[in-house]
Order: sequence, then structure tokens, then C-alpha cells
Amino acid sequence: METKVEEKRNKIYKMSSFLVWVIASVIFRLILIYFPKNLNLSSRPEVSTPLTSIRRLAEGYWLKQSSMSPYAGSMYHGSPLLLSVLGPLTVKRAKSTQAFRGAIFRIEGQPDHLLCSLLFVLADVMSAMLLRATGQNLQAAYTQRLKSLELHELSKKSEIISSGDIAALVYLWNPFTIVACVGLSTSPIENLAIISSLYGACKRLPPLAAFGWVMATHLSLYPAILIIPLIFLLGYGPDAPPSKLFLQSRCSKGGDNPLSSTSCQQEELTFSGKPVIHFLLWISVWSVYVLILCGISVQQNGGLLEMFKSTYGFVLTVEDLSPNMVVLWYFFAEVFEFFRNFFLIVFHVNILFMVLPLAIRLNHRPCFLAFVYIAISSMLKSYPSVGDSALYLGLLGWFVFELAGKYAILLLPLLRICRSFPSQPCYAQSMDMEGYWQCKLLLCNWYGFCLLSDYSGGRECKCDTQARQDRTLRKLSVT
Amino acid sequence: MAQTLKLNLLLNLLLLLLFQLSYATLVFGSVFVQEEEFSEELLLKPLPDRKVLSHFHFESRAPPSNTHGRHHHLFPKAISQLVTKLRIKEMELSFTQGRWRYEQWGGFDPISSNNAKPPGVELWAVFDVPQSLVDAYWKNLTHTLSGLFCASVNFLESSSAYSAPEWAFRPASGNLRYGALPREAVCTENLTPWLKLLPCRDKSGLSALMDRPSVYRGFYHSQRLHLISTESDSDGVDSGIVLEQTLTVVLQPSGWKMGKSYAGKTNMQSNWSISSIFGRKVSGKCILAKSSNVYLQLDKGLVCELKDLQKENAEYGANNLASEHSFELSVNPDKVYEEMDNLHGKSTSVMYEYSIDKYSDSQPFDLGLTWKIPVVWLNQQAPLHASRFLMGSGNERGAIAISLRSTDLSEGSGSTNAINEGCELQVDIFQVVPWYIKVYFHTLQVYVNQQRRAVADVVKKIHVSPSKDKLSPGVMEMILKLPCGVQSAALTIEFDKGFLHIDEYPPDANQGFDIPSAVVSFPNSDASMHFSQDDSLKKSPLLSKYQERSRVLSYTEVLLVPLTTPDFSMPYNVLTITCTVFALYFGSLLNVLRKRAGEEERLLKASKKTGRLSQLLSKLIAKLRRRPQEPLPSSLAPSSFVSHRVIFKILVVACIAVAWQYYFG
Repeated sequence: METKVEEKRNKIYKMSSFLVWVIASVIFRLILIYFPKNLNLSSRPEVSTPLTSIRRLAEGYWLKQSSMSPYAGSMYHGSPLLLSVLGPLTVKRAKSTQAFRGAIFRIEGQPDHLLCSLLFVLADVMSAMLLRATGQNLQAAYTQRLKSLELHELSKKSEIISSGDIAALVYLWNPFTIVACVGLSTSPIENLAIISSLYGACKRLPPLAAFGWVMATHLSLYPAILIIPLIFLLGYGPDAPPSKLFLQSRCSKGGDNPLSSTSCQQEELTFSGKPVIHFLLWISVWSVYVLILCGISVQQNGGLLEMFKSTYGFVLTVEDLSPNMVVLWYFFAEVFEFFRNFFLIVFHVNILFMVLPLAIRLNHRPCFLAFVYIAISSMLKSYPSVGDSALYLGLLGWFVFELAGKYAILLLPLLRICRSFPSQPCYAQSMDMEGYWQCKLLLCNWYGFCLLSDYSGGRECKCDTQARQDRTLRKLSVT
Repeated sequence: MAQTLKLNLLLNLLLLLLFQLSYATLVFGSVFVQEEEFSEELLLKPLPDRKVLSHFHFESRAPPSNTHGRHHHLFPKAISQLVTKLRIKEMELSFTQGRWRYEQWGGFDPISSNNAKPPGVELWAVFDVPQSLVDAYWKNLTHTLSGLFCASVNFLESSSAYSAPEWAFRPASGNLRYGALPREAVCTENLTPWLKLLPCRDKSGLSALMDRPSVYRGFYHSQRLHLISTESDSDGVDSGIVLEQTLTVVLQPSGWKMGKSYAGKTNMQSNWSISSIFGRKVSGKCILAKSSNVYLQLDKGLVCELKDLQKENAEYGANNLASEHSFELSVNPDKVYEEMDNLHGKSTSVMYEYSIDKYSDSQPFDLGLTWKIPVVWLNQQAPLHASRFLMGSGNERGAIAISLRSTDLSEGSGSTNAINEGCELQVDIFQVVPWYIKVYFHTLQVYVNQQRRAVADVVKKIHVSPSKDKLSPGVMEMILKLPCGVQSAALTIEFDKGFLHIDEYPPDANQGFDIPSAVVSFPNSDASMHFSQDDSLKKSPLLSKYQERSRVLSYTEVLLVPLTTPDFSMPYNVLTITCTVFALYFGSLLNVLRKRAGEEERLLKASKKTGRLSQLLSKLIAKLRRRPQEPLPSSLAPSSFVSHRVIFKILVVACIAVAWQYYFG
């Protein structure tokens, strides 16, 4: 009895300390937001890409208000739904008539886009909460699996650190997340959609998962590949040691009598089709719904075809050559026009190429698979921003327990931080593009190492760690 | 007998008819032209800053082709073919070098409104074709003109170079296309084909004055070709084609030495004559010209000043023509016109006319003006002086500001405005920005008298067509309604600088990119002048042009925007490095996917079986791979060895970062 009370108290204590950190992060954000002009973060190319910039959204809203298509210029490339949600918040109320002069005076003192940034803070907090819930769910599933493998020592160990809390706090206190939120890029909302879809899949809520996936795909196209981990997640349930382990443990248990060998094959992890079918149905429902909404909002000007052309088309044909975090923009500024289409295909296929092998390799760990997909697409997408990095660094928190031995991963965020910030002096003054790119080039070399360490050091580690952990588990379970 | 009488009658009738016809041409000369006509005129005007404005005006008229067929004897065939082929209603092409200084050279008269042009090439044309065909015709036109004038007008062909203003550039224009090339250098190779369109070229008549060195030495010169055609109109009124060629030059008389007389007589105007400006004299008219006149215009401000001086002198008893006291003309004018000012009845500008029919080679015409007393005056100004500048720093973004400042003159006439308080000054602004200047139209801010105002209060009408990347430029048309007594107004709009593909940069990319001038016009102010002797004025195209109602128009400065430039020399480096990075990524990921845990174990087992040396080797390899040889259960907890390595790694990275910051920062 006492232990239970202790546990409860412990839980409450944990919860309260978590909440304190969440509130602290919100307050920190609010303080940053209160600074004039958002510390000029919204104009940083790392924060606001052509897809996520709030200024472009405001321009699109202005065009829409003046009865033009929001896609009339090549300014806005986001979703029309986002436009109707966020657009009214970008208009300053100072534009109202002279009758409200007092009101104008009052609002003029406030920083611009206050409501918008509050919305982004809310989105951040919500995604952190969802991350926490998903992480707890994952951990619960994990301990349950361990218990079923009769590895109680390990399961106790994993209870010490709550990976959900860590993921949520890493997400909330990650400087990238803070910068993306304060810098008014729309990526917090995209991240929220992705996380909610993962949460929905973990909790086996097909409608929510489908909604999150549809919204995320609608907002930024790349999360479309997440449909594979989502299906796995719904079908197999949260991450688990590979089915082989169960087989082995069962078989070793009944190793003495050869009859049980047949029974151990029957106890394989089963793929339950029902939630998946529900999920697919819900996807079609939600996508039709979203398309209808979009169709209504762009009905007068151009219709859906123009919308797809200037959102997905803009993403796929890297038209905007303004600098961003990776080197693609400079590559396409310098590449010969003749080869442009070829390289466009090469770079996009690079993302798609790894989808299937990774799915085969990691099918028993759908959450980790989703993390890997998100990481790959955030590095290879055409307009990456810090918001995308924030998402996958946050997701990394889920696997903190499994990857505990591999501190090399810590290098990854460090390198990322090093990568994104030294470019500031290059860009602020009248240094030319070449200089900026030289920075990026050095960073690109670095990026090469980063990628190397990321994949051969970090990712390999991760995959390896997973594999090795599976191996240790197997050993433990056998002995 | 009866036959001869009949014949006589017939002849009489014919004569009568002819007489009637010629009378008709006389009366409705400007509307109903029967023959091809050519006239040449030169306007000279002293400017307040010791410079002289000379404005050549040549006008050729061709009757409708249905009366004369396709043959011309005066009118340039190239132009008439252009008009008929491309179905041009109206067109204007100007080549300009230098900037018209509105504060000093005036901003209210017909010359500054019609002939002050933005630097470089400006072309606009109205076509008489269906909307869908206009762009194709425009492309043809640019190519034809670039061939005709030896200029790169064909750069206006691409859809990102021209725009279709709706109402702010010219009122109620349908199929109008407008394009400008601010960078275009203008020189004598553009002038020669222009002169070839004149019947006498530059061999005789007024155009013989155009001595190339003296024309291009000037502070401003603008050659312009304006074409109006009613050729394709289906209405009865058909005046054929009117080709108006003007050359506006602002020159410094060569006789005036700056260093010599600056100290003593600061107010003394420079004395000049045609020969001192151009280095040549007028040796008779072009024989083919119907009329050949030289005008000398004294501006309103100058005349006012002279009258004031005259009043002072009146005490000494001399109460004659102002000119005799303050300045002297070397040739007596044939006619003197005075401008009729309905509003004030005060002193107005004066125009002296000289007909050069009577001059010849032996007796050349050389008009000179000698000042006797120092005079200072101001030319008439537009209601607001417009200027444009860039704000912000860095190569990423900036803002364009158009500032409208009230001119001193309109301040003086503010008394009339004070009478009607509710009066408003209308200002039309037309601005084209290239697509790589990505304007955020929602950031438009309006300041009136240095106070920020709501956009809707000042901007009465706005039409925007945002730029499409590599497709079309951004166009902004606005009507501002400002209170009459406004001191200053400013518009700011923010933009992001775009990034171009390496092929899209012009040869000297580091110089920066030009944003064409904005057009600021005041539709309620009339720039026209009306002169007293109306009947004879009809004959002179220049003066009838003066009397045409036209709105006051001014161009702002061309802006130079520096854009970031990529490395033009080594694109291969970029390509190879980027591809290498991608190959590395791809290889390493593939490697991860390929490896299997079981394989490693098998390898380890295999190494155990072999000798000790190989075991050591495998140990070494394992260590190099930074992996403990045997996975221990305790490896889940971080061992001290691992943490040491982590600290080492972090230190290395930090060192590299610090060194790099130090080296580059």
C-alpha cells in the first residue's frame, strides 16, 4: 500500500515539476515575443522559408481581402485554410477608422502579430502535451513488452526516466522550437499536425491520426510518407522488440519439448487490419473535407488547380532561390538550366528512395521509423527551416531510453546549432551571396560530416543501438 | 462658242472646288489633312541655372492611306509600315540620358510634362487589336523598333519586362503596354536612325544644328518619337498618321566660363547664342518643311521678375519694353505671343517667334541673348515634387519610399487653396518593379505631414498586380487624395530581394539592378499654356501642342538596387560538392540498412577461432569503430569510458567552432 502511495506522490511530483517547466517555457516565449519586432527573427532565412513566412501569409491575406487570388503573385505558397485562420490575426487593428483613435493608440504600443504568436505558443504547448502522452504510451507499451519477456529489471530501469516528459521538454526548450515560435513561422502548426497524427496512431484513434496526416500533408506535402509508419503503428501497435525475440523466448522456454515449437510460431505479432481500414477510410473522408474547404475558399480565383500549382508545385520545382539552411538553393542557382529537371528528380527521389528499405528494416518500430522519415525529409526538403529540425529533435526524446548509451547523438543537435548560427554576420550586412554561400559551403562540408556522423555515427548508432539492444534483450531473455 | 463656255464653267467649278479644298485644309488643318506635311521648329528657353533648353520639334503628317495609297513622299515609309502592320493607335518611344531636374528646370510646363523622360528607354504603345493579341503585337513592335533604332528595345519583349497599366499612367487606356529599360545607354547610333526619319535628315534646316559633340555634351538629352494614328479606326474621323519627333537638350552655353565669373557676378545669367550652344548657325530652312520656326520662351517666373525690375527702373523714367533694359536679343522677333492666364491676369510667359524662311546660307540665322542685369528666377513647379529612394540595408530586404514634397511656388499660391478648405489634391502614382524585387503590398504605409495615416484615408483607389517569378513585374497604380495645404507626403513599401539563377544576371551584375522610374502625375493640374493670338497658332504644331490639355507629369529617379551575386566563375565546384554530400549521405544510409547484427556476431565468432594476432586485430578494428568488442549487459548504463569520449568529441567540435568563428568572424 505504502509503495503505491509513494508512487502516486512521485507521479504528482513529476507532473508538477513538468508543468513548472512547461509554464516556464511559455513565459520565456512570451518575454521573447514582447521584444519589439520579434528580435528580427521572422526575417531570418533559417526561420521563415517561403512556405512558412508569416509576412508572405499576410501578403496573401491582403491580396485575398482586395479580391484577388492569394496566389496572384509568387508570394504566398501556403494553404488557403491557414490563410483564413491566421490571416485575420496578421492585420493590425490600427487600420480601423479614425473613430477608434483611442484604441489605435492603445494597440500601437503592442508588438505586431501578438495574437498570432499566442496561437503559435498554444500550438507548441499542445504539441508538447501530445508528445508527452505519446511518449508515455510508448513507454507503457515498452515496459509491457519487457514484462512479457520477463525482464523486470529492465522495465524498472526504464520507469525512472519518463521519455514522454523528456521529449516534451526537449521540444519545448529546444532553441529551434522557440525561435520558430517567436519568429512567427507557421511550422509549429505543421508540427502539431504531425505530432497529433502520431499520437492518434499510438492511441489507436484512426480519426485523429487520419486528420493529423491529412492536415500535415496538406500543409507541407512531405509528411505524406508518414502514412507507412502510421499504418504500422495502427496495425502492430507501438514500438516493440522484433517478433523474433518473442519467438526465441517462447521457444527457449519450451526448448525442452519439441512440441511447443509449433506454438511459438503462432504467437507472432499480428497485424490487425481493422484500425488500418478505419484509418484509410477516415483519410479519404478528411481529405475530401479539406479539399472541399479549400475549393470553397479558392473558388473565385483559379480553383484547386491553381492552389496545387502554387503550393505543391512550388515545393517540387524549387523556384525560390533564396538562401535557406541547406545547400539546394545555391545548387539550383548555379546548375545549368538543362540539368535542372534531372537534379530536381534526383533530390526528391532521394527522400522517396529510402522509404521502402527503412520500412522493411524498421517495421517493428513504427515510431522510430516515423522519426527517421521526419529527420530525412527535414534535411532534404526543398525549403527546410529550423522548425522541422525542432520536430525531429523533439521526437528524439522518445527514444532517450533506448539510445541511452549513445551519447554521440548529442553531437547532432550541437552540430545543427553550430551550423545555423554562424551565418548571421554573413547575411546581415551587404555581403554578397558568394560570401554567404561560402559560409554555407564550409557548413556544407561540415554538413557532410554532420550527415556522416548523423547517419554513420548517429543514425547508424541509432539503428545499431536498436539492433544491439534487441540483441541484449534476446540474450537476457534466453539466459 | 457654247463648248468653250461650258469648258470655262467647268474650269471655274474645278477651281472653286480646289479653292474650297485648300480652304478646308487651312481651317481644319489639324484634323483634316489632305497632303503629307512636315514642319520643323526649335524652342529655346533660358533656364535659371545658366543653362539653355533647346527643344527640337519635328512633325510629319501622313493622310489616311485610303486617299493616297501606300506611297509617301515625305512621311517615313518605315513608320507608316509599322503603323499599318502592327495596328498601332498611339506609341511613344524615348531615349534619354541624364535626369530632368524638376526643381530647377520646371515641372509644370508642357515641356517638362511631355518631354522630360526617365533615363534609358521608355516605350509605351496602344494597339487597336483584341486583348488576346496585344502581347504578340507588342513583341513584334519591340523587335521592329530595336532594329529600327539600333537599340536593345527587344529586351522589352519578355513578359517580365513590360506591364499593362490600367489607369494611372494614362487615363482610360485600353490595350496599353508599358516598358522601360533604365540601363540602356543612349548615344549617337540611336540618333542617326532617328534623324533618318526626317525628310532633310540633318543636312539642312533646323536639324543641321545637331552637332553630335555639342548635343551629347549636354546635361540632359532626350530624343522622343510619338506616333498617333487613326489609320485603323472605323469612324469617319481619320487624320492618318501624325509622327512627332522631338529632341530635348539642356546645354551649357560654351561662352560662359565657370571659374572666371563665379566670384564676382553670381547672379549673372550666361549670354548665349545659337552658335555658342551648338557651334553652328541655322542656314535656312529645310525646303520640304511647310513651316520652319524658332521660338524663344521666357518663363513666367522670369517675366515676373523682369517686370518687377522694370517697376524699379520706372522711377528713372524709362518705361519701355522690359527686354531693352534687362536683356538684348540679337534678332528682332517676328511675332510676340503672351500667354493668357485666366486665373490671375498677372505676368505670364512670353514667346518670341522667328520665322527662318528668309534666312539662307549667305545670311545665317543666329539668335543670341545678352543679359544686361543679373536676374534670378524660379521656374514654375508642379504642385508636389516627387522623389524616390531606398531604405534599409543589407542584401536581403529593403523598402521603397516615394516622397512628395510641396514646392515653394505652390506654397505661395496657397492663398487660393485656403479659400476652399475642403479642396483635395489628386496624385496618381504608377510604379513598376521587376519581379526580383518582391514587394509586400500589405506593408504599404502612408505618411502625411510626417504623421502616419491609415491607408484607406489617403489612397482613394489602388490597383495592384503582384509580380510572378520570372513571368511578370509587379505593378502598382494608386490615386492619392491629399489635402491642398499638404507640406509633405510619403509612401513606403517593403520588399524582399529575390535571388536569380546564374544565367539571369546581366553582364555587370555587381553594379546592381535598376528599378524603373515611377510616374507621378497630377490629373487636376493642367500643364497647357494658352497664347493670345489664337488663329495663327493653329499653324504651328509646337504651339498647338502647348495648348493641348495635358496633365502635369513627372518621373522619379531610377533606383539602383544591389542584389547578391553568385559565383559566376565556378559553378562546377558547387555542383560537385553538393553532389558529393548527397553521395555520402546516400552511401552511409545504405550502409546502415545493409548491415545486420547477426553478421557482426558471426564475424566475432570467426575471429575467436583464429589466432591471437587476428583477435587483436579485430579488437583494434572494433576499437576504431568505437564499439566495445563484446556487448555487455552493463553497456546500457553510460560507462565512464563513453562519457570521456563524449567530452572529447564535444571539446573538438567546440574548438573547431571557435576557430572558425575567429577566422571568419
